[in-house]
Parts: sequence; structure tokens; C-alpha cells
Amino acid sequence: MSANQTVDFPMNSSLSSVRTTDKEKSDTQGPYKATSSIAQIQLVNSHLEVYDPSDDSFVLVDALLADRARLIEHQPKICLEVGCGSGYVITSLALMLQEEAPRIHYFATDINLHAVATTRGTLEAHGVHAEVVATDIASGLQRRLAGLVDVIVVNPPYVPTPEEEVACEGITASWAGGENGRRVIDRILPVADELLSERGWLYMVILAENNPLEICRRMGEKGYGSKIVLQRSTQEERLQVIKFWREGAAAGLPREGSRGGSSTSESWLSHFPLFSFLRKGENGG
Amino acid sequence: MRLLTHNMLACNVKGVVNGYPLRLEAEVVAERPADFNADFLRHIFARIDWKAFVGAARSLPEEHAVADLPEDAEPSMLASEDFLRRFHHALLELHVEKGALVCPETGRRFAIDKGIPNMLLNEDEV
Ligand SMILES: C[S@@+](CC[C@H](N)C(=O)[O-])C[C@H]1O[C@@H](n2cnc3c(N)ncnc32)[C@H](O)[C@@H]1O
Repeated sequence: MSANQTVDFPMNSSLSSVRTTDKEKSDTQGPYKATSSIAQIQLVNSHLEVYDPSDDSFVLVDALLADRARLIEHQPKICLEVGCGSGYVITSLALMLQEEAPRIHYFATDINLHAVATTRGTLEAHGVHAEVVATDIASGLQRRLAGLVDVIVVNPPYVPTPEEEVACEGITASWAGGENGRRVIDRILPVADELLSERGWLYMVILAENNPLEICRRMGEKGYGSKIVLQRSTQEERLQVIKFWREGAAAGLPREGSRGGSSTSESWLSHFPLFSFLRKGENGG
Repeated sequence: MRLLTHNMLACNVKGVVNGYPLRLEAEVVAERPADFNADFLRHIFARIDWKAFVGAARSLPEEHAVADLPEDAEPSMLASEDFLRRFHHALLELHVEKGALVCPETGRRFAIDKGIPNMLLNEDEV
């Protein structure tokens, strides 16, 4: 969750948030406007005890940007971020969709009280709104909001650490993931499953050390397809963004999203079937 | 915190059975216009606990209290633009900035500060 030099692979590096103009030139957004904004770093609020936007935050926003046209077509009604930290990701999501999908309702949660306050400041600085709740994952919201959330985004605490660090307060909670970095991730997955609507999508940042294959297998058992939509190596981490969708519901995969031309195949380069090969040859996605 | 969120929140303390709806004690309320979207209102209507919603809307401090919502609502009302407008206003345009949510079973208070409800629990509550 640190380091500053990043190498995208296997895609080229045209998806960096700091260089969105490169991205905007690529023709992967279908009929939608090529330009879209994301949160501006100088407007993102910060606090000593709150996780600042970092490589993992950028990789998630870049994955969402790359999927922007599909998100717009998906027409989500409610989107949620779990673990919103500085608010960089949820603000970026709201900004990148606000023009073509202006009526989405956003929710954001964090277990850190400083983080929720910081997120609110960041949202306000960009003129967008999300309902922010201080809670453990989605505790208190989970039951009544079940089945209503169309898109969930999460950049969880994924760093393998001693178990004791997981329940720590403040900034430690932003990275401490316990054994294999899976302690919080494994608690988020069933909650996401409960919250997601029939056509729900989940985007999650994870590390190679978190055993993504096993995560996808587990979600597969609950009926989800999954793909790595973006991979990026920093000096110390191999980050991946995995997208999960309910099998049988449209995931905006190549067949449906195909727009022809070479640019299309380029954009699909980022979609590597991760779990599908484990299934018996059929992939309903 | 919008009344939409209030409608979705329940007491999350371990062992509590009747933790819904949370009683709203709003001290500071702000009104901010939101895009009117009839589709969303029709979609969410089925999932709104109307009694809890009307109760919360009426409980707001005087200048913001909503008196023009029917005690009971049924899907046929969604055909009325007038009804939708009132539903929209109460659900999405009123923001509780400061106050508390109180569990009907235990009296446990959850503070709302800067518009953010704090549902974090103490160790002995999880
Ligand atoms: C890696 S940081 C990501 C912050 C921000 N989303 C970003 O991408 O920059 C993880 C965030 O998850 C929060 N978090 C950790 N455990 C949580 C839990 N059980 N429930 C909700 N949020 C949690 C942390 O407080 C932290 O803000």
C-alpha cells in the first residue's frame, strides 16, 4: 500500500488516474462522452488517522473508469463503498457517472470515525453527495438494504498482518488484514452477497497474497462469476481489481458490450477469466 | 442523513430483536434540492417501511416537519405526481445533520454528527 513507481501489466499503462487524458483518447467508452472527471487530489480531505489515496485507491478508480461505459449501461440505482477512507473512490465514482447516470444514490461506510468525516468533506468539496454511515462493513444497514445495492466497491484492508492488528483503531484498520490479509475481506464477501441486487456487481481490490483464486471459488459457490479487470504491480505489491457479478445476470462482458473495432479488443484485454476455467466449461456471464 | 437512510437503519446491537425503526431525534435539519426521479421513487417504494418513514418525517423539528404525507400509502398512489413530489421531498431532500437515533427496544442512542449516523458498537455490544 505504498511505493510510487507503478507498472501496469499486462495492459499498457494508459489507465493511470493521474493521466486520464491518455485514457480519454482511447475509444472504449462507446457512445459516451470521452472525458469524465474523478476526484482531484488537492480537494481530497485528509487526516492523520485516515488513509490517503494511494496506489490501491488509484487502481480501483482506474478499474471503474475502464468500466465506466458498462456501469452507465448497467443503470445502477444504488451504489455503495465499504471502507471509504478519504472518500477518494466514492467521490470519483460519483463524478465519473454524474453526467450520464445522474440519479444514482450513493452510500459509503467506514469503521473509522475520522474517515467518515473526511469522506464527507471530500464529497462536499467536489459537489457530490453520498449517504455516509460510520459502521462495521454495513452493520445496521445490511438487513433493510439487502438486495437493493447494484454496485459495491471495496478497497479493503488486505495486508497480511498479525491478527491482533486487525481490530485496531484509526489508520491501522485501513491496512491490517490479519492472516493472509483475509480477515476483513472474508467478512465483507457474505455481506456484499446479501446487499447486492439480482444484477449486482462488486469490485474489490486484492493482493496476490490474498489468494484471489480461492476468493473467486468461494464466490463462485454463491453463484458469482469473476474476472480480474485490472492488475498493477507497484514496488511492493501486486494489486488486482476483481469484478464479481451474479452469474446469469449481465456483467457487461464482451458479448454484450462488443462495439467492434480494434479498440474493443484492446479494452477486453483487461478481462481475464479467472474463475470460469474452474467451472465445467460453461460460463453464463 | 436522509430519511431514506433512516428507513434502512436498524439497531445492530447483539441480541436486540425489535431494533426497528430507530426513533429519530433530529436537532439540526438541512434542506437541499435533489433531482426528482419518479423511477427511483417507484422502485424504492416497495422497500420503504412507510410507517417508519412517516413517523420520522413528522418528528422533524417544526420548520421542517412534513405533515402532508398520508398515514398509509399504497402502490396506486405512485401514479400521482403530487404524491411522488411529497415522497421525494421527505425521502431525499431533508438531511438530518445533528441528532440521534434511539433503539426502540433498549434505548441505545446512536449519535448523528455532521450528517453521519454513528452505528459503531462497543465491544460488549457485538
Ligand atoms: C485501504 S483503505 C481504503 C480507503 C479508500 N477507500 C481508498 O481506496 O483510498 C481501507 C478502509 O477500510 C476501512 N475499514 C477497515 N475495516 C473496516 C470495516 N470492518 N468496516 C468498514 N470499514 C473498514 C478503513 O478504516 C479504511 O478507511
